[in-house]
Amino acid sequence: MDLKRILLAVGLAATTGAWAQGTFIVVSSTTSTENSGLFRHILPIFQQKTGISVRVVAQGTGQALDMGRRGDCDVVLVHNKAAELKMIEDGWFVNRRDVMYNDFVIVGPKLDPAQVAGTKDGVAALRKISVAQAPFASRGDKSGTHAAELRLWKLAGVEPKGSWYRETGAGMGATLNTASAMNAYAITDRGTWLSFKNRGGLAIRVEGDPRLFNQYGVMLVNPARHPHVKQAMGQAFVDWLVSVQGQAAIAGYKIEGEQLFFPNAKR
Amino acid sequence: MLDAVVSGLQLVATLDLRLWQVVGLSLAVSVSAVALASLVGLPLGAAIAVGRFPGRQGVIVLLNALMGLPPVVVGLVIYLLLSRAGPLGAFGLLFTPRAMVLAQTVLVLPIIAALARQAVEDAWREYEEQLRSLGVDGLRAALTLLWDIRFSLLTAVLAGLGRASAEVGAVMIVGGNIDGVTRVMTTTIALETSKGDLPLALGLGIVLIAIVLVVNAAAHGVKEAAQRRSG
Repeated sequence: MDLKRILLAVGLAATTGAWAQGTFIVVSSTTSTENSGLFRHILPIFQQKTGISVRVVAQGTGQALDMGRRGDCDVVLVHNKAAELKMIEDGWFVNRRDVMYNDFVIVGPKLDPAQVAGTKDGVAALRKISVAQAPFASRGDKSGTHAAELRLWKLAGVEPKGSWYRETGAGMGATLNTASAMNAYAITDRGTWLSFKNRGGLAIRVEGDPRLFNQYGVMLVNPARHPHVKQAMGQAFVDWLVSVQGQAAIAGYKIEGEQLFFPNAKR
Repeated sequence: MLDAVVSGLQLVATLDLRLWQVVGLSLAVSVSAVALASLVGLPLGAAIAVGRFPGRQGVIVLLNALMGLPPVVVGLVIYLLLSRAGPLGAFGLLFTPRAMVLAQTVLVLPIIAALARQAVEDAWREYEEQLRSLGVDGLRAALTLLWDIRFSLLTAVLAGLGRASAEVGAVMIVGGNIDGVTRVMTTTIALETSKGDLPLALGLGIVLIAIVLVVNAAAHGVKEAAQRRSG
């Protein structure tokens, strides 16, 4: 087919330079890890050690897992442990390891119409927000953060519905932009919040609840399902993340002196 | 707003290498896509303008409607085609600039073909009798007219380029916005917006508009000069 040949020729011409390197893996990860700047901090260290460059596609956890299931990446680094274990059970991924955690915080307007500031109880806070019918911006996108939010609503015994509950169907940053514009409450991972610049009238209202704990795991796309997966290089990345050097690199990433992710790989 | 203008000017003034890489890739992808789409779309538009076949009106309506293809839908379809689980998965094109070129080609092809069809048809109406009396057949007539109105076709090509360089939905999905690999101007703007860095995002937007302006000015200059030379 001539068109395809022309296309390939033009494509080749367009792909000289930086993006024509061979030794790379594709890692599907979440907007929280990418937007917070963590990858930009740790990937050069990994590349220097192994010569492998890592191409990160940042999406919500649901989408990232689906990408792995389709075989469009080699490794996923996400944060919805229940969903991850289910996918392993179904045979789509192998070799899952806990990597690190951070926590979710509930942000909201400084005027605090639902009077939740100061409490550590995330579940009680959500209940108060629903009673006050204060605007709440939800991700609504099947991401790890969305899943965590829905777990909390369930614990609170509230089915979030009504004009005060607004699903953005977008990433964390976009949802925070929306919350900031509407002066709404929202649940966000701390990393994205710390690196987020358009806070407007929002501030952290609730933090420190153990139920707001956010575990990240890494796993390899199952090479038995997808033979093209770069197994050796992908595994090298998984192994490095849970190694002493990888864990130290994660702990070393700070914004304004505040550590964003806490390594907790088991050895 | 002033912040954004300042930040945009600073970005240009400091010639940030990373940014230039992003700008370069944006241009490479969009120009490749428009070149491919022109290669197919201009003859296609001319053929539809000159040809007489059953269902022609339907084809014209369809072509005009396809000018409004949503980029995100094109991106999704190309993603499903190129995905490892899809029919073209074996080529491993997903998340490469080639996939982005392919998506944008699909996106701008109807625009270039539809605008070319209209322009050639207008010319055909004017010259049909003359060309027929010279015994020129349909195919030759289409090519002659394309060459004859080449300067007006530039507008069709530039419309395609405008669409390609401005869209974000398709390249975001099939490119993945990978730092240093498939990150282009529009996906960078989307990313900075999601980080809440609105001045930087708007600054990048101003840079993008400036680049499109320069490309259009250059095209206009070339056209004027060529038109003068050919009388």
